[in-house]
Amino acid sequence: MIAHALFFYFFSIIAIVSAIFVIVSRNTVHAVFFLILDFISIACLFIMIGAEFLGMMMLIVYVGAVAVLFLFVVMLMNVTEQKLSWFRGTKKTGHIPVGLIIGTVILLELIVIVGGWRYRDSFSETEFLSFNSEFTNTHMIGNVMYTDFIHLFQISGIILLLAMIGAIVLTYRKREGVKSQSYIKQISREREDSVQLKDVEFDKGVKLDD
Amino acid sequence: METFLQIYNETYKILLLLVPILVSVALIVWFDRRVWGFVQKRKGPNVVGPFGLFQTLADALKYIFKEIIIPASANKIVFILAPIITMTLALSAWAVIPLSDKMVISDINVGILYIFAISSLSVYGIIMGGWASNSKYPFLGAIRSAAQMVSYEVSIGIIIINVLLCVGSLNLKDIVMAQQNLWFVVPLFPMFVVFFISALAETNRPPFDLPEAEAELVAGYQTEYSGMMYAMFWLGEYANILLLCALGSILFLGGWLSPVDIYPLNVIPGIFWMIFKILILFFMFALIKAIVPRYRYDQLMRLGWKIFLPFSLIYVVLTASFLVYFDLLPK
Repeated sequence: MIAHALFFYFFSIIAIVSAIFVIVSRNTVHAVFFLILDFISIACLFIMIGAEFLGMMMLIVYVGAVAVLFLFVVMLMNVTEQKLSWFRGTKKTGHIPVGLIIGTVILLELIVIVGGWRYRDSFSETEFLSFNSEFTNTHMIGNVMYTDFIHLFQISGIILLLAMIGAIVLTYRKREGVKSQSYIKQISREREDSVQLKDVEFDKGVKLDD
Repeated sequence: METFLQIYNETYKILLLLVPILVSVALIVWFDRRVWGFVQKRKGPNVVGPFGLFQTLADALKYIFKEIIIPASANKIVFILAPIITMTLALSAWAVIPLSDKMVISDINVGILYIFAISSLSVYGIIMGGWASNSKYPFLGAIRSAAQMVSYEVSIGIIIINVLLCVGSLNLKDIVMAQQNLWFVVPLFPMFVVFFISALAETNRPPFDLPEAEAELVAGYQTEYSGMMYAMFWLGEYANILLLCALGSILFLGGWLSPVDIYPLNVIPGIFWMIFKILILFFMFALIKAIVPRYRYDQLMRLGWKIFLPFSLIYVVLTASFLVYFDLLPK
C-alpha cells in the first residue's frame, strides 16, 4: 500500500510540475514536451486506479497523435522563443483581459463541479475501480458505449468527421502548374510506346517523327 | 522485507528478459548484414569470431570508445534525451510480450494496446533528435519520419482491430490461445501482408527508409549523433524491429504454439517456436532490405493513406459481417 501511495504522489507531482512548466517555459517546443510529460503521467494515474483502457487510450490518442500534431505546428511555425514582453508590461496587448475572463469562467466551472462532488465514506481506503471482476474494463466501457449511449457515440463520430472535412475544404487550394506523376500512366507504359530502333546511315543523322 | 524480496524478484525477471534481448539485437544485426551480403553475392561480416558473429560486439566497442560530439547550437538536454527515449521505449514494450505460455513479465488485460501506445510514443525519440540537432538534414529527416510513422500506425491499428474481432480480448495470451485451431494468417492473410508492409514502414526499414535516405538527407535524424548515442538509436531501432516481428508472430502466426498439435512437435518448448517465428519474420525483413528499391515519398504516403487504410477498413467490415452472419463472434 505504501508503494502505491508513493507512486501516486510521484506521478501526480510530475503531472502538476509539468503542467506549470507548460505555461512558464519560454521555448514553445519545450512547452509541448512538458505537455506530453503531463499526458503521460496522467495516463499513469489512470492506470493506477485500474482504468487501464482509459490510460492506454490517453497515451495512444493524446500522446501518440494529438501532441505529435502540436509539435509539428510549433516546430514549423518557427516561434521557438517567446519574448514574454506582455508579461513585463512593455507592450500593450489585448490578450490579458480575454485570458482572465476565460480563466475565471473555467475556475468557476471547476468550483461548481468540485463543490457537487460526493466523496465516498471510505475515502482513505484506496480501492481499485474493478466493480465486477468478471469483466475487464474494456468490456464494461464497450457495453455502455455501444448500447445506452450509441446515439451520442455516433453523433460525436459524425462531428469529428465533419470537422475533418471542414478543415480540408478550408485549407485545400488547387494550385496551378504543379508537376505530378500519374501512376497509371507510369505503370501502363509499354516498350513499344517509348523505344524506337532506327538504323542510322553514316554521316546522315536521324530525324524522329514526334 | 517482503517488498524488498518482491522488488528483487521483479528486477531478476526484467534482467532475465533484457539481457537476452540486447544480445539477440547484436546477433540480429549480424544476421541482417550477413543475409544482405549473401543476396548480393558478397560474404558480409565474416572476420571477427566464428562466422563473424562478434562483429556487432566489435562495432559496439568502437562506439563506446568514440567521443560523443554535441553540436554547439544543439539543444543539449533534448539532444541527449532523444536516444535514451528511443532505446527505453523499444525495450519497455517487451514487458508484455509472452514468449511462451508462462514466460511473460506482465500479463495485463490491455497488452496489445500497451504495445500500440509504446510504439506510437517512439516517434518522439526521432522528432526530439531531429529538432534538437538544430540543423537542416536531421530536421527534415525527423519530420518525414514522424509523418510516416503516424500514417502507418493508423493502418496497423485497423489491422489489429481485425484480429481483435476474432479474439474478443485485448490480452496477448488470449490472442495466442484463440489460434489453437487455426492461425489467423489463414483467414486474415491479406491483413498479414498489409501488417508486414506497415511494420516495415513503422520501423523505417528499407524500402521505406526515407528518414535515413543517405542520398538525400545524409543520415536523417541521426546525422549529428556520434559514438554511443548513435549506437543507442541503432539498438532501439533493431529492438523495435524485433518487437514488431514478435507482434506479427503473436497476432498472425500463433505465437508459441506449434504448427500442428502432433507428438514430436508439441513437446518442443513454446519459446523455441516463438523465437523460430520471430527469426522467420526477421529473415523476410532482411531479404526485403536487399531486394527492393527505396520508395519515393509521395508513393509512400499514397500507399499508406489511399491503399492500406481503405483496404483494411473494408476488411474490418468483411470480417465483422462474416463473424456475425455465421455466428462465430467470440462470447
